[in-house]
Amino acid sequence: MDFLNAIVVLMNFVIIPATAYGAQLALGALGVTLIYGILRFSNFAHGDTMAFGAMVTILFTWAFQAAGVSLGPLPTALLALPLGIVVTGALLVGTDRLVYRFYRQQKAKPVIFVIASLGVMFIMNGIVRFIIGVDDQRFADGERFIISARTFRDLTGLDEGLAFRTTQGLTIVVALIAVVLLFWFLGRTRTGKSMRAFSDNEDLALLSGINPERVVLITWLIVAALATTAGVLYGLDKSFKPFTYFQLLLPIFAAAIVGGLGNPIGAILGGFVIAFSEVGITYAFRRVVGYLLPEDMQPEGLLQLLSTDYKFAVSFGILLLVLLFKPTGIMKGKSV
Amino acid sequence: MSGTTNPYQNDRGNKDASITRKGGEGDMVPSPGTGQAMNTANAFLIGDTMTGGYGNGPDILHDCTIAVNPGEIAVIVGPNGAGKSTAMKAVFGMLNVRQGSVRLDGEDITNLTPQARVAKGMGFVPQTSNIFASLTVEENLEMGAFIRKGDIQDTMDQVYTLFPILKEKRHQAAGELSGGQRQQVAVGRALMTKPKVLMLDEPTAGVSPIVMDELFDRIIEVSRTGIPILMVEQNARQALEIADKGYVLVQGRNAHTGTGKDLLADAQVRRSFLGG
Repeated sequence: MDFLNAIVVLMNFVIIPATAYGAQLALGALGVTLIYGILRFSNFAHGDTMAFGAMVTILFTWAFQAAGVSLGPLPTALLALPLGIVVTGALLVGTDRLVYRFYRQQKAKPVIFVIASLGVMFIMNGIVRFIIGVDDQRFADGERFIISARTFRDLTGLDEGLAFRTTQGLTIVVALIAVVLLFWFLGRTRTGKSMRAFSDNEDLALLSGINPERVVLITWLIVAALATTAGVLYGLDKSFKPFTYFQLLLPIFAAAIVGGLGNPIGAILGGFVIAFSEVGITYAFRRVVGYLLPEDMQPEGLLQLLSTDYKFAVSFGILLLVLLFKPTGIMKGKSV
Repeated sequence: MSGTTNPYQNDRGNKDASITRKGGEGDMVPSPGTGQAMNTANAFLIGDTMTGGYGNGPDILHDCTIAVNPGEIAVIVGPNGAGKSTAMKAVFGMLNVRQGSVRLDGEDITNLTPQARVAKGMGFVPQTSNIFASLTVEENLEMGAFIRKGDIQDTMDQVYTLFPILKEKRHQAAGELSGGQRQQVAVGRALMTKPKVLMLDEPTAGVSPIVMDELFDRIIEVSRTGIPILMVEQNARQALEIADKGYVLVQGRNAHTGTGKDLLADAQVRRSFLGG
């Protein structure tokens, strides 16, 4: 019984939250890695693109809620998500036309793109704060739990409860669908293959008659879809606050780099590595260990490696280790 | 001009204008020609008296002419730095050609971009990074046919018949193949556009002699399908053996032109480029 309790505690506080968080990071990292693979620069504006997408979705959600439209047990935000993706897509394509296309025509070095994306980041950041403000926004509605802690306790008779929130389940399912769609698109469709070909060998892609501007356009649209989905899922799961999205940039880049920049499978893997490390290292394991050890060997401390305040240090640490010892990442992406 | 240089035209002492014309002989000298028939007027693909270089840099090619006809293999050979690859890039539009013209099937394509030339029916296999390494063999071929509308299965089958090993490895990433197989993928990719002319930049660079022979055999097979092939080669002797037409370039100029056999037999070409 104690053993089962330990597992339930671990599931409740580490595995489920980390899986949901990992799925959000993976979606974010996929966007970063796609831009790196095809446009060949690290897009620092990605965190704020997620914030923008989430903001647009929130505005539409509020409109739907005001109009009395809902999805029953599912959050209304799901209904607003496609609209958010469209608006974000328009913003990204507009940004590309206005900013990045110029540098592409100049055949600018990647570092110039990175700095340009930094400027874009500040502007997007400003737009989001200007429209929706800097405060927390809650927009989750519908059923809160798939399984609540109490139902679980009643159901199993265990001391510990296991809560599985709707947003967590939704995050995992939506992320899974997005990833399957993305891989189907990249691996099976002509356009997707041409994107991979362009990422692999730009000159030869040109010689094969692949239109780079079209590849770039489609990339931005996909990135808009991924970023908005990631942003909305994160917002549903935690809460929406523009500044936290800016902070998400670090774990997202850490995930993309750990997995291997430019490699989509790596991005997903990296997302989960970062999420599990972050949650695992900052979680106090006292209760888990407490169930497993006999009465007289109970731990005195919290068994917490790092305080949650330092969770970004985990991403940073992993990022440093990877860059020092395996700069191409787990899945052999391009080195930074 | 008369009188001082040529003793035969010296009319000193004869002042009778009725016998010798004043001012001496006319100075037009009939030309004996080059002695090398090029037959480029009706060539299918021709880079005609091209002069040019990279960007705004100095001229690398000087009045260089390269031509190829259907069913032919034309080979460009020459010492290192002679401008072999440069000449081919000029024909393909990757060079600033400042004088001369490039014509395909009678049409002037000098001002077209390389991509536009591909659309016109030129297949080009670059010397390096000529495959999509992370894509499978089959995807490489598919990407080769990207500009084509409609069914490409027939062409793909033809490529697989030509290069059976590719069919065997069609689901493998092209970057995992051996050097010779990669070159086959590269040539196959270029063939997928159904090109009217195929241009190969050193297809045997960096492969072993055995693989090289096999590649040459394959190239002959491609040529038998009627596609004209223009090829730059380091291995001058083997290349000239299969060549219908050979161009020896030296410092960006046409030095010798002829059939492959003629050039192999030519004492000067042998001494200068083939090592005796």
